[in-house]
Amino acid sequence: MTSTSPTETHVAPQADHGDPARSWLARVAEGRAWLFLAGLIICFEVWSRLSFGATFVLNPFNVQSIAIFAVAPLLLATGQTFVIISGGIDLSLGFIMGLAAVVAAHATNMAGVAMPVPLAMMLGILAAVIVAGVPGVINGLLISRLRIPPFIGTLGMFGVARGAAFLLAGGTTVPVQNSWFALLGNGRFYGVPYLVIIAAVFVVVMHYILSQTRFGQHNYAIGANVQAARRAGIDIRGHILRLYVLSAMCAGLGGALYAARFTAGAAQAGEPLLLDSVAAVVIGGASLFGGSGTIFGTVAGALVIAVIQYGLVFVNVEPFWQFIAVGLVIIISVLIDQAQRRFSGARQDE
Amino acid sequence: MNSSEQTAPLLEVRRLSKHFGAVQALNDFSMAVRPGEVVALAGDNGAGKTTLIKAISGVFQPTGGEILLRGQPVTFATPQEAREKGIETIYQDLALADNLSIGANIFLGREPMRKAFGFLPVLDRKAMAVAAKQTMGRLDFHVSRLDAPVSNFSGGQRQAVAIGRAVYWDAQILIMDEPTAALGVPEQRKVISLIHQLKAQGRGVIFISHNLQDIFAVSDRIVVLRRGIQAGERKISETNHDEVVKLMVGG
Repeated sequence: MTSTSPTETHVAPQADHGDPARSWLARVAEGRAWLFLAGLIICFEVWSRLSFGATFVLNPFNVQSIAIFAVAPLLLATGQTFVIISGGIDLSLGFIMGLAAVVAAHATNMAGVAMPVPLAMMLGILAAVIVAGVPGVINGLLISRLRIPPFIGTLGMFGVARGAAFLLAGGTTVPVQNSWFALLGNGRFYGVPYLVIIAAVFVVVMHYILSQTRFGQHNYAIGANVQAARRAGIDIRGHILRLYVLSAMCAGLGGALYAARFTAGAAQAGEPLLLDSVAAVVIGGASLFGGSGTIFGTVAGALVIAVIQYGLVFVNVEPFWQFIAVGLVIIISVLIDQAQRRFSGARQDE
Repeated sequence: MNSSEQTAPLLEVRRLSKHFGAVQALNDFSMAVRPGEVVALAGDNGAGKTTLIKAISGVFQPTGGEILLRGQPVTFATPQEAREKGIETIYQDLALADNLSIGANIFLGREPMRKAFGFLPVLDRKAMAVAAKQTMGRLDFHVSRLDAPVSNFSGGQRQAVAIGRAVYWDAQILIMDEPTAALGVPEQRKVISLIHQLKAQGRGVIFISHNLQDIFAVSDRIVVLRRGIQAGERKISETNHDEVVKLMVGG
């Protein structure tokens, strides 16, 4: 019995150790959103050339339009990425964005009476982001303290934010009277729209938070195994609260930028973007069961949706096909994800 | 083995009691663990094993008796406090985040940071990987892919990661609750050899198992619980399966 020596502990490597075929598939699955994007662009390029003899992607106007088109859904989707990785979902983001757009418009106008134009603009944006944080705090408290499932808690907040936004807007759109704000939404820096620059900086910051900080690391751990995270001493309640505030503030910035782009705040600004934000995250490679996903995957996912929507209009297809195309991409994306999991021998959580 | 009996106990439990309302889950229970000693806890379901380890690991407070760590009486308000004092619990259901690497799991909740570009705090993944490699090496466990998520590894390897985490944070007492229950036979043998490693490093191990074969393979002593009381304590070298089973069922 005493000779039970520990020499046998070298085990045969598991599953996908160094198997080129499998790691190749895993890499495809991870980068599938970028592959989709490349495939889509090639399709539209060919389609456009055959139909009109014109280029699609080499036309800077198209590229710019797609980029601007993708900004608002991308901002929602970055917040949604954090939430989905943690194993939750935030359904209130669309109307938090609408609420923020209305607040941005009102606050900019009110501040404009008393102070210089640029300052009023900054105050308006700040007000939008802060006000957006309030429903985020409530979401976070509902989910972390009262243990309401995220789906239900944020669905309730969806209604509350929607009503609040329409009430605040008086049932109409609120025009912004601020020249700087209008410039922010429509101006360009060496041909690159300000909105796109802001979104790009924002995405890099969010990528940093998700991939390089403890907050991000704990987010992945909570999404994979909340019990393990708790045993490791992570403050789950505090994390969940901060998480939903973060996602709401992403929507707040999205709302402010929307108000800048259209020089008006509208309560329904983010209504169609909520599902797009979830779709972008899923196409970007995150699992709705939590524990996986990246910001750059979500960027690709948001661009895929924007290219489909813009591209189909560009080649003169009836706009309703957009919904079908985006829906198909989501389904294909999830199928690839599942195939990859099964093939790599990873355990299925379902 | 004689020398270990003379050394002072690492952990001592004196007349520990815990009741939930009228239910006496643990009654005047005493035991000790010395450095480099593996003590098996045996008992039928509901005998009080889980209550005992939860009281030791700070999950809940005992209603009576005391816990001594290196002769000093201690109380733990939370599992966190117990862990800080070097008492780590390894659960049978593999308390790891499957999507993170070995290093990230070892450091979960206490991640090391470094400064990128001289100012930007970022996770020090390299330090985590290096520590993971060294720690797993100390357990004679050599893994090649340190950046792979632990879901890629087998049940036994993941159990080794959980043990590795305890070793890295210098746990002196490891409470292992059915560490082999979720594993296949070859993997069970691997965990048993890991426990031998821990023993050789002078740590104290409380080993809970239903499997008498495992208990006899790895333990120095066995303490049997029955309905919350200590039904008997034997040296492994001086007892056999039959006697232990009799103690467990009260024959």
